[in-house]
Amino acid sequence: MQRLLAGEARAAGRVISLIEDRRPERFAVLGALAGRVGRAERLGVTGPPGAGKSTLINAMTRALRAAGRTVGVVAVDPTSPYTGGALLGDRVRMGESGLDAGVFIRSMATRGALGGLARAAEEACDVLDAYGRDVVVIETVGVGQSEVDVARAADCTLVVLSPESGDQVQAMKAGLMEAADVFVVNKADREGADRMVAQVEEMLHLRARRGAWEPPVLRSVALKGEGVEAILEAVARHRRSEEERGGLAARRRGRLLARLRAAVEEIHREAIWADPGSALALEGAADRVASGGADLYGAAAGLFRSWLRRAAGLGGPPRGE
Amino acid sequence: MTEARPIRVLVAKPGLDGHDRGARVVASALRDAGMEVIYGGLWLSPEEIVTIAEQEDVDVIGLSSMNNAHMTVFPRTLELLRERGLGDVLLTGGGIMTAEDMEALGRMGVGRLFGPGSDMDAFVEYIRRWCETRARGTEGRGTCPTA
Repeated sequence: MQRLLAGEARAAGRVISLIEDRRPERFAVLGALAGRVGRAERLGVTGPPGAGKSTLINAMTRALRAAGRTVGVVAVDPTSPYTGGALLGDRVRMGESGLDAGVFIRSMATRGALGGLARAAEEACDVLDAYGRDVVVIETVGVGQSEVDVARAADCTLVVLSPESGDQVQAMKAGLMEAADVFVVNKADREGADRMVAQVEEMLHLRARRGAWEPPVLRSVALKGEGVEAILEAVARHRRSEEERGGLAARRRGRLLARLRAAVEEIHREAIWADPGSALALEGAADRVASGGADLYGAAAGLFRSWLRRAAGLGGPPRGE
Repeated sequence: MTEARPIRVLVAKPGLDGHDRGARVVASALRDAGMEVIYGGLWLSPEEIVTIAEQEDVDVIGLSSMNNAHMTVFPRTLELLRERGLGDVLLTGGGIMTAEDMEALGRMGVGRLFGPGSDMDAFVEYIRRWCETRARGTEGRGTCPTA
Protein backbone atom coordinates (compact mmCIF):
# COMPACT_ATOMS: atom_id res chain seq x y z
CA MET A 1 0.00 0.00 0.00
CA GLN A 2 2.73 2.42 0.96
CA ARG A 3 4.48 1.65 -2.29
CA LEU A 4 1.36 2.38 -4.26
CA LEU A 5 0.84 5.69 -2.54
CA ALA A 6 4.52 6.50 -3.01
CA GLY A 7 3.89 6.22 -6.73
CA GLU A 8 5.45 2.85 -7.50
CA ALA A 9 4.06 1.65 -10.81
CA ARG A 10 4.73 -1.99 -9.96
CA ALA A 11 2.57 -1.73 -6.84
CA ALA A 12 -0.26 -0.03 -8.77
CA GLY A 13 -0.11 -2.75 -11.42
CA ARG A 14 -0.34 -5.47 -8.78
CA VAL A 15 -3.17 -3.88 -6.84
CA ILE A 16 -5.24 -3.54 -10.01
CA SER A 17 -4.67 -7.25 -10.66
CA LEU A 18 -6.05 -8.34 -7.36
CA ILE A 19 -9.10 -6.18 -7.94
CA GLU A 20 -9.50 -7.51 -11.46
CA ASP A 21 -9.16 -11.08 -10.22
CA ARG A 22 -11.75 -10.34 -7.49
CA ARG A 23 -9.41 -11.72 -4.86
CA PRO A 24 -10.54 -11.48 -1.24
CA GLU A 25 -7.50 -9.30 -0.41
CA ARG A 26 -9.05 -6.49 -2.40
CA PHE A 27 -11.41 -5.60 0.45
CA ALA A 28 -8.52 -4.62 2.70
CA VAL A 29 -6.68 -2.82 -0.09
CA LEU A 30 -9.70 -0.81 -1.21
CA GLY A 31 -10.45 -0.01 2.40
CA ALA A 32 -6.95 1.36 2.88
CA LEU A 33 -7.26 3.47 -0.27
CA ALA A 34 -10.65 4.91 0.63
CA GLY A 35 -9.38 8.18 2.09
CA ARG A 36 -7.28 8.87 -0.97
CA VAL A 37 -9.97 8.44 -3.59
CA GLY A 38 -12.08 11.20 -5.08
CA ARG A 39 -9.53 13.75 -6.18
CA ALA A 40 -9.10 12.70 -9.79
CA GLU A 41 -11.29 13.98 -12.57
CA ARG A 42 -12.87 10.99 -14.30
CA LEU A 43 -13.53 10.89 -18.01
CA GLY A 44 -15.44 8.11 -19.73
CA VAL A 45 -14.76 7.52 -23.41
CA THR A 46 -16.99 5.20 -25.37
CA GLY A 47 -18.22 4.69 -28.91
CA PRO A 48 -18.35 2.13 -31.69
CA PRO A 49 -15.27 0.12 -32.69
CA GLY A 50 -12.97 1.94 -35.06
CA ALA A 51 -14.16 5.43 -34.16
CA GLY A 52 -10.68 6.32 -32.94
CA LYS A 53 -11.17 6.29 -29.17
CA SER A 54 -7.64 5.16 -28.33
CA THR A 55 -6.06 7.62 -30.73
CA LEU A 56 -8.16 10.41 -29.29
CA ILE A 57 -7.16 9.43 -25.74
CA ASN A 58 -3.55 9.48 -26.87
CA ALA A 59 -3.99 13.03 -28.22
CA MET A 60 -5.86 14.16 -25.09
CA THR A 61 -3.15 12.65 -22.91
CA ARG A 62 -0.53 14.62 -24.81
CA ALA A 63 -2.46 17.86 -24.22
CA LEU A 64 -3.07 17.09 -20.54
CA ARG A 65 0.60 16.26 -19.99
CA ALA A 66 1.59 19.51 -21.71
CA ALA A 67 -0.63 21.26 -19.17
CA GLY A 68 1.24 19.49 -16.38
CA ARG A 69 -1.48 17.00 -15.39
CA THR A 70 -0.85 13.31 -14.80
CA VAL A 71 -3.04 10.76 -16.55
CA GLY A 72 -4.29 7.26 -15.85
CA VAL A 73 -6.11 5.18 -18.45
CA VAL A 74 -8.16 2.00 -18.01
CA ALA A 75 -8.83 0.53 -21.46
CA VAL A 76 -11.48 -2.21 -21.54
CA ASP A 77 -11.77 -4.71 -24.38
CA PRO A 78 -13.96 -7.79 -24.74
CA THR A 79 -13.03 -11.29 -23.68
CA SER A 80 -13.89 -14.04 -26.13
CA PRO A 81 -16.86 -15.95 -24.71
CA TYR A 82 -15.55 -19.10 -26.38
CA THR A 83 -11.94 -19.26 -25.27
CA GLY A 84 -11.80 -16.81 -22.36
CA GLY A 85 -8.88 -15.14 -24.09
CA ALA A 86 -8.58 -11.51 -25.11
CA LEU A 87 -6.42 -9.46 -27.40
CA LEU A 88 -5.87 -6.08 -25.80
CA GLY A 89 -4.38 -3.74 -28.37
CA ASP A 90 -5.48 -0.29 -27.28
CA ARG A 91 -2.13 0.75 -25.97
CA VAL A 92 -0.54 0.42 -29.38
CA ARG A 93 -2.37 3.62 -30.27
CA MET A 94 -1.62 5.21 -26.91
CA GLY A 95 2.02 4.30 -26.90
CA GLU A 96 3.27 7.78 -27.55
CA SER A 97 3.78 8.44 -23.86
CA GLY A 98 6.23 5.52 -23.71
CA LEU A 99 8.45 6.21 -20.76
CA ASP A 100 6.56 9.15 -19.28
CA ALA A 101 5.99 8.27 -15.62
CA GLY A 102 3.06 10.69 -15.67
CA VAL A 103 1.02 8.29 -17.79
CA PHE A 104 -0.24 4.92 -16.53
CA ILE A 105 -2.19 2.73 -18.93
CA ARG A 106 -3.89 -0.50 -17.92
CA SER A 107 -5.69 -2.84 -20.33
CA MET A 108 -8.58 -4.80 -18.92
CA ALA A 109 -10.56 -7.66 -20.43
CA THR A 110 -14.29 -7.96 -19.79
CA ARG A 111 -13.88 -11.57 -18.56
CA GLY A 112 -17.45 -12.67 -19.07
CA ALA A 113 -19.41 -11.07 -16.30
CA LEU A 114 -20.19 -7.52 -17.28
CA GLY A 115 -21.67 -6.61 -13.92
CA GLY A 116 -18.37 -7.64 -12.39
CA LEU A 117 -16.52 -5.65 -14.99
CA ALA A 118 -18.26 -2.45 -13.99
CA ARG A 119 -17.05 -2.88 -10.43
CA ALA A 120 -13.54 -3.96 -11.35
CA ALA A 121 -13.12 -1.10 -13.81
CA GLU A 122 -14.43 1.47 -11.39
CA GLU A 123 -12.18 0.15 -8.65
CA ALA A 124 -9.19 0.21 -11.00
CA CYS A 125 -10.00 3.89 -11.52
CA ASP A 126 -10.05 4.27 -7.72
CA VAL A 127 -6.56 2.81 -7.59
CA LEU A 128 -5.25 5.23 -10.21
CA ASP A 129 -7.02 8.04 -8.37
CA ALA A 130 -5.30 7.11 -5.10
CA TYR A 131 -2.07 6.64 -7.03
CA GLY A 132 -2.27 10.38 -7.63
CA ARG A 133 -3.43 10.70 -11.21
CA ASP A 134 -5.07 14.07 -11.91
CA VAL A 135 -7.21 12.69 -14.70
CA VAL A 136 -8.42 9.10 -15.01
CA VAL A 137 -9.83 8.02 -18.36
CA ILE A 138 -11.88 4.86 -18.81
CA GLU A 139 -12.31 3.59 -22.34
CA THR A 140 -14.89 1.00 -23.39
CA VAL A 141 -16.32 -0.13 -26.69
CA GLY A 142 -19.86 1.18 -26.71
CA VAL A 143 -21.52 -1.92 -28.03
CA GLY A 144 -23.47 -3.17 -25.06
CA GLN A 145 -25.46 -1.35 -22.45
CA SER A 146 -23.22 -2.54 -19.65
CA GLU A 147 -20.12 -1.27 -21.37
CA VAL A 148 -21.75 2.08 -21.91
CA ASP A 149 -22.62 2.08 -18.20
CA VAL A 150 -18.97 1.57 -17.37
CA ALA A 151 -17.98 4.67 -19.30
CA ARG A 152 -20.86 6.51 -17.69
CA ALA A 153 -19.39 5.96 -14.26
CA ALA A 154 -17.41 9.13 -14.83
CA ASP A 155 -17.74 12.84 -14.19
CA CYS A 156 -18.01 13.44 -17.91
CA THR A 157 -18.70 10.95 -20.70
CA LEU A 158 -17.43 11.42 -24.23
CA VAL A 159 -19.11 9.49 -27.02
CA VAL A 160 -16.75 9.23 -29.96
CA LEU A 161 -18.13 8.58 -33.44
CA SER A 162 -16.66 8.67 -36.89
CA PRO A 163 -18.23 9.55 -40.25
CA GLU A 164 -18.63 5.79 -40.77
CA SER A 165 -20.56 5.30 -37.54
CA GLY A 166 -23.98 6.07 -39.04
CA ASP A 167 -25.43 2.58 -39.07
CA GLN A 168 -23.86 1.66 -35.79
CA VAL A 169 -25.40 4.71 -34.18
CA GLN A 170 -28.81 3.73 -35.51
CA ALA A 171 -28.39 0.29 -34.03
CA MET A 172 -27.35 1.32 -30.58
CA LYS A 173 -28.50 4.85 -30.11
CA ALA A 174 -30.67 4.26 -27.09
CA GLY A 175 -28.02 3.68 -24.45
CA LEU A 176 -25.01 5.10 -26.18
CA MET A 177 -26.44 8.41 -27.27
CA GLU A 178 -28.06 9.19 -23.94
CA ALA A 179 -24.81 8.56 -22.11
CA ALA A 180 -23.02 11.43 -23.79
CA ASP A 181 -22.07 14.70 -22.14
CA VAL A 182 -19.88 15.55 -25.10
CA PHE A 183 -20.08 14.14 -28.62
CA VAL A 184 -16.99 13.92 -30.76
CA VAL A 185 -17.10 13.18 -34.46
CA ASN A 186 -13.57 12.00 -35.04
CA LYS A 187 -11.86 11.57 -38.43
CA ALA A 188 -13.64 14.79 -39.31
CA ASP A 189 -11.43 15.27 -42.37
CA ARG A 190 -13.24 12.38 -44.02
CA GLU A 191 -16.27 12.53 -46.18
CA GLY A 192 -19.53 12.24 -44.31
CA ALA A 193 -18.41 14.13 -41.20
CA ASP A 194 -20.92 16.94 -41.77
CA ARG A 195 -23.72 14.45 -42.18
CA MET A 196 -22.73 12.67 -38.98
CA VAL A 197 -22.61 15.93 -37.03
CA ALA A 198 -26.01 16.93 -38.42
CA GLN A 199 -27.47 13.55 -37.56
CA VAL A 200 -26.35 13.77 -33.95
CA GLU A 201 -27.49 17.37 -33.60
CA GLU A 202 -30.90 16.54 -34.97
CA MET A 203 -31.25 13.72 -32.52
CA LEU A 204 -30.25 16.05 -29.68
CA HIS A 205 -32.84 18.64 -30.67
CA LEU A 206 -35.53 16.02 -30.48
CA ARG A 207 -34.90 15.56 -26.80
CA ALA A 208 -33.56 18.98 -25.80
CA ARG A 209 -34.53 19.99 -22.29
CA ARG A 210 -34.26 23.58 -21.19
CA GLY A 211 -31.91 24.38 -18.36
CA ALA A 212 -30.01 21.13 -18.55
CA TRP A 213 -26.57 20.69 -20.03
CA GLU A 214 -26.77 20.38 -23.77
CA PRO A 215 -24.09 18.08 -25.14
CA PRO A 216 -21.96 19.85 -27.74
CA VAL A 217 -21.09 18.02 -30.95
CA LEU A 218 -17.42 18.58 -31.70
CA ARG A 219 -15.11 17.53 -34.50
CA SER A 220 -11.62 16.15 -34.24
CA VAL A 221 -8.86 14.57 -36.26
CA ALA A 222 -7.19 12.73 -33.40
CA LEU A 223 -4.32 11.43 -35.48
CA LYS A 224 -3.25 15.02 -36.16
CA GLY A 225 -4.23 16.28 -32.74
CA GLU A 226 -6.86 18.59 -34.24
CA GLY A 227 -9.85 19.55 -32.13
CA VAL A 228 -8.42 18.16 -28.92
CA GLU A 229 -8.17 21.52 -27.13
CA ALA A 230 -11.82 22.21 -27.88
CA ILE A 231 -12.79 18.82 -26.45
CA LEU A 232 -10.89 19.45 -23.23
CA GLU A 233 -12.49 22.90 -23.00
CA ALA A 234 -15.92 21.34 -23.39
CA VAL A 235 -15.10 18.87 -20.62
CA ALA A 236 -14.09 21.75 -18.35
CA ARG A 237 -17.24 23.68 -19.29
CA HIS A 238 -19.34 20.64 -18.52
CA ARG A 239 -17.67 20.34 -15.15
CA ARG A 240 -18.38 23.98 -14.27
CA SER A 241 -21.97 23.64 -15.39
CA GLU A 242 -22.42 20.49 -13.32
CA GLU A 243 -20.89 22.16 -10.29
CA GLU A 244 -23.19 25.15 -10.63
CA ARG A 245 -26.27 23.01 -10.87
CA GLY A 246 -25.13 20.57 -8.21
CA GLY A 247 -25.05 17.93 -10.90
CA LEU A 248 -21.61 16.63 -10.06
CA ALA A 249 -22.51 15.97 -6.44
CA ALA A 250 -25.75 14.29 -7.50
CA ARG A 251 -23.89 12.20 -10.02
CA ARG A 252 -21.30 11.06 -7.52
CA ARG A 253 -24.01 10.35 -4.97
CA GLY A 254 -25.91 8.24 -7.49
CA ARG A 255 -22.75 6.35 -8.32
CA LEU A 256 -22.01 5.80 -4.66
CA LEU A 257 -25.48 4.38 -4.06
CA ALA A 258 -25.16 2.06 -7.04
CA ARG A 259 -21.74 0.88 -5.94
CA LEU A 260 -22.88 0.28 -2.38
CA ARG A 261 -25.82 -1.76 -3.57
CA ALA A 262 -23.56 -3.80 -5.83
CA ALA A 263 -21.03 -4.30 -3.04
CA VAL A 264 -23.73 -5.60 -0.67
CA GLU A 265 -24.80 -8.09 -3.33
CA GLU A 266 -21.24 -9.09 -4.09
CA ILE A 267 -20.37 -9.71 -0.43
CA HIS A 268 -23.49 -11.82 0.02
CA ARG A 269 -22.95 -13.80 -3.13
CA GLU A 270 -19.36 -14.57 -2.23
CA ALA A 271 -20.22 -15.45 1.34
CA ILE A 272 -23.03 -17.77 0.29
CA TRP A 273 -20.89 -19.77 -2.10
CA ALA A 274 -17.81 -19.70 0.11
CA ASP A 275 -19.86 -21.71 2.64
CA PRO A 276 -19.39 -25.42 1.82
CA GLY A 277 -22.88 -26.07 3.15
CA SER A 278 -24.33 -24.01 0.31
CA ALA A 279 -22.69 -26.07 -2.41
CA LEU A 280 -24.04 -29.22 -0.78
CA ALA A 281 -27.54 -27.76 -0.40
CA LEU A 282 -27.43 -26.65 -4.04
CA GLU A 283 -27.12 -30.26 -5.23
CA GLY A 284 -30.00 -31.34 -3.01
CA ALA A 285 -32.17 -28.46 -4.19
CA ALA A 286 -31.42 -29.27 -7.81
CA ASP A 287 -32.58 -32.85 -7.22
CA ARG A 288 -35.83 -31.62 -5.67
CA VAL A 289 -36.53 -29.20 -8.52
CA ALA A 290 -35.68 -31.81 -11.15
CA SER A 291 -38.00 -34.38 -9.61
CA GLY A 292 -40.81 -31.87 -9.30
CA GLY A 293 -40.61 -31.77 -5.51
CA ALA A 294 -39.95 -28.04 -5.43
CA ASP A 295 -40.10 -25.08 -7.75
CA LEU A 296 -36.97 -23.13 -8.64
CA TYR A 297 -37.60 -19.96 -6.65
CA GLY A 298 -38.96 -21.87 -3.68
CA ALA A 299 -35.84 -24.00 -3.60
CA ALA A 300 -33.63 -20.92 -3.99
CA ALA A 301 -35.37 -19.11 -1.13
CA GLY A 302 -34.94 -22.23 1.00
CA LEU A 303 -31.24 -22.29 0.20
CA PHE A 304 -30.88 -18.66 1.14
CA ARG A 305 -32.71 -19.15 4.45
CA SER A 306 -30.59 -22.15 5.37
CA TRP A 307 -27.45 -20.14 4.66
CA LEU A 308 -28.75 -17.28 6.82
CA ARG A 309 -29.21 -19.70 9.70
CA ARG A 310 -25.71 -21.11 9.32
CA ALA A 311 -24.24 -17.62 9.01
CA ALA A 312 -26.08 -16.44 12.12
CA GLY A 313 -24.66 -19.44 13.97
CA LEU A 314 -21.20 -18.28 12.98
CA GLY A 315 -21.87 -14.71 14.04
CA GLY A 316 -22.92 -13.23 10.73
CA PRO A 317 -21.60 -13.11 7.18
CA PRO A 318 -17.85 -13.42 7.64
CA ARG A 319 -16.41 -11.66 4.61
CA GLY A 320 -15.98 -8.16 3.45
CA GLU A 321 -14.55 -6.50 6.52
CA MET B 1 -15.77 -16.12 -5.83
CA THR B 2 -12.21 -15.92 -6.96
CA GLU B 3 -12.07 -17.16 -10.51
CA ALA B 4 -8.96 -18.53 -12.13
CA ARG B 5 -6.91 -15.66 -13.41
CA PRO B 6 -6.16 -15.90 -17.13
CA ILE B 7 -2.47 -15.83 -17.98
CA ARG B 8 -1.50 -12.31 -19.03
CA VAL B 9 1.11 -12.02 -21.77
CA LEU B 10 2.77 -8.98 -23.29
CA VAL B 11 3.64 -9.53 -26.96
CA ALA B 12 5.92 -6.90 -28.40
CA LYS B 13 8.59 -6.16 -30.94
CA PRO B 14 11.70 -4.41 -29.74
CA GLY B 15 13.81 -2.01 -31.69
CA LEU B 16 13.94 -1.09 -35.34
CA ASP B 17 12.12 -4.09 -36.70
CA GLY B 18 8.93 -3.82 -38.67
CA HIS B 19 8.28 -7.49 -39.28
CA ASP B 20 5.24 -7.85 -37.10
CA ARG B 21 3.32 -10.62 -38.86
CA GLY B 22 4.83 -13.26 -36.62
CA ALA B 23 4.05 -11.31 -33.46
CA ARG B 24 0.44 -10.83 -34.57
CA VAL B 25 -0.01 -14.50 -35.34
CA VAL B 26 1.45 -15.43 -31.97
CA ALA B 27 -0.77 -12.88 -30.21
CA SER B 28 -3.89 -14.35 -31.84
CA ALA B 29 -2.84 -17.90 -31.00
CA LEU B 30 -2.30 -17.03 -27.34
CA ARG B 31 -5.68 -15.32 -27.20
CA ASP B 32 -7.32 -18.36 -28.75
CA ALA B 33 -5.61 -20.44 -26.07
CA GLY B 34 -7.52 -18.43 -23.46
CA MET B 35 -4.86 -15.94 -22.47
CA GLU B 36 -5.12 -12.19 -22.14
CA VAL B 37 -2.68 -10.75 -24.60
CA ILE B 38 -1.51 -7.17 -24.36
CA TYR B 39 -0.25 -6.32 -27.81
CA GLY B 40 2.48 -3.75 -27.33
CA GLY B 41 3.23 -3.09 -30.97
CA LEU B 42 6.41 -2.15 -32.74
CA TRP B 43 9.62 -0.28 -32.10
CA LEU B 44 9.72 -0.59 -28.34
CA SER B 45 12.82 -0.10 -26.24
CA PRO B 46 13.59 -2.50 -23.37
CA GLU B 47 12.68 0.35 -21.02
CA GLU B 48 9.27 0.73 -22.64
CA ILE B 49 8.70 -3.01 -22.59
CA VAL B 50 9.39 -3.24 -18.87
CA THR B 51 7.22 -0.19 -18.18
CA ILE B 52 4.30 -1.85 -19.96
CA ALA B 53 4.91 -5.12 -18.10
CA GLU B 54 4.81 -3.21 -14.84
CA GLN B 55 1.56 -1.38 -15.57
CA GLU B 56 -0.16 -4.42 -17.06
CA ASP B 57 1.15 -6.82 -14.39
CA VAL B 58 1.83 -9.56 -16.92
CA ASP B 59 3.05 -13.07 -16.16
CA VAL B 60 4.95 -13.46 -19.39
CA ILE B 61 6.71 -11.25 -21.94
CA GLY B 62 7.07 -12.62 -25.46
CA LEU B 63 9.44 -10.69 -27.69
CA SER B 64 9.73 -11.20 -31.41
CA SER B 65 13.12 -10.31 -32.81
CA MET B 66 13.88 -10.50 -36.52
CA ASN B 67 16.65 -7.95 -36.83
CA ASN B 68 19.53 -9.70 -35.08
CA ALA B 69 19.36 -7.40 -32.05
CA HIS B 70 18.38 -10.21 -29.71
CA MET B 71 21.75 -10.44 -27.96
CA THR B 72 21.28 -6.82 -26.85
CA VAL B 73 17.54 -6.62 -26.36
CA PHE B 74 16.90 -9.79 -24.33
CA PRO B 75 19.72 -9.28 -21.77
CA ARG B 76 18.84 -5.61 -21.33
CA THR B 77 15.15 -6.38 -20.80
CA LEU B 78 16.05 -9.12 -18.32
CA GLU B 79 18.33 -6.77 -16.43
CA LEU B 80 15.63 -4.09 -16.18
CA LEU B 81 13.03 -6.63 -15.08
CA ARG B 82 15.26 -7.71 -12.21
CA GLU B 83 16.16 -4.14 -11.30
CA ARG B 84 12.54 -3.15 -11.07
CA GLY B 85 11.28 -6.08 -9.07
CA LEU B 86 9.79 -8.03 -11.97
CA GLY B 87 12.24 -10.90 -11.79
CA ASP B 88 9.32 -13.34 -11.52
CA VAL B 89 8.10 -12.51 -15.03
CA LEU B 90 8.97 -15.02 -17.76
CA LEU B 91 10.88 -13.50 -20.66
CA THR B 92 10.49 -15.66 -23.75
CA GLY B 93 9.89 -15.18 -27.46
CA GLY B 94 11.41 -16.04 -30.76
CA GLY B 95 12.62 -14.93 -34.14
CA ILE B 96 15.69 -15.34 -36.23
CA MET B 97 18.54 -16.46 -33.97
CA THR B 98 21.08 -19.24 -33.79
CA ALA B 99 20.86 -22.17 -31.41
CA GLU B 100 24.06 -20.96 -29.74
CA ASP B 101 22.53 -17.56 -29.06
CA MET B 102 19.40 -19.19 -27.67
CA GLU B 103 21.53 -21.24 -25.32
CA ALA B 104 23.58 -18.25 -24.25
CA LEU B 105 20.42 -16.28 -23.50
CA GLY B 106 19.02 -19.27 -21.63
CA ARG B 107 22.06 -19.31 -19.37
CA MET B 108 21.41 -15.64 -18.54
CA GLY B 109 17.88 -16.49 -17.42
CA VAL B 110 15.82 -15.96 -20.56
CA GLY B 111 13.17 -18.64 -21.08
CA ARG B 112 12.88 -20.96 -24.05
CA LEU B 113 13.13 -19.24 -27.43
CA PHE B 114 11.41 -20.38 -30.58
CA GLY B 115 12.94 -20.16 -34.03
CA PRO B 116 11.33 -20.24 -37.47
CA GLY B 117 9.10 -23.23 -38.09
CA SER B 118 8.34 -23.71 -34.41
CA ASP B 119 5.09 -25.34 -33.43
CA MET B 120 2.63 -22.79 -32.07
CA ASP B 121 1.10 -25.36 -29.74
CA ALA B 122 4.52 -25.97 -28.24
CA PHE B 123 4.84 -22.27 -27.44
CA VAL B 124 1.37 -22.15 -25.87
CA GLU B 125 2.09 -25.30 -23.88
CA TYR B 126 5.45 -23.96 -22.70
CA ILE B 127 3.84 -20.79 -21.32
CA ARG B 128 1.07 -22.78 -19.64
CA ARG B 129 3.47 -25.19 -18.00
CA TRP B 130 5.71 -22.40 -16.82
CA CYS B 131 2.81 -20.56 -15.21
CA GLU B 132 1.52 -23.73 -13.56
CA THR B 133 4.93 -24.50 -12.12
CA ARG B 134 5.30 -21.02 -10.79
CA ALA B 135 1.82 -21.02 -9.27
CA ARG B 136 2.76 -24.16 -7.34
CA GLY B 137 6.09 -22.73 -6.27
CA THR B 138 4.82 -19.42 -4.94
CA GLU B 139 1.83 -18.11 -3.09
CA GLY B 140 0.23 -17.42 -6.43
CA ARG B 141 0.49 -14.14 -8.16
CA GLY B 142 -1.74 -11.15 -8.13
CA THR B 143 -1.33 -10.95 -4.41
CA CYS B 144 -0.28 -7.50 -3.42
CA PRO B 145 3.33 -7.59 -2.30
CA THR B 146 2.86 -4.92 0.32
CA ALA B 147 -0.75 -5.19 1.42
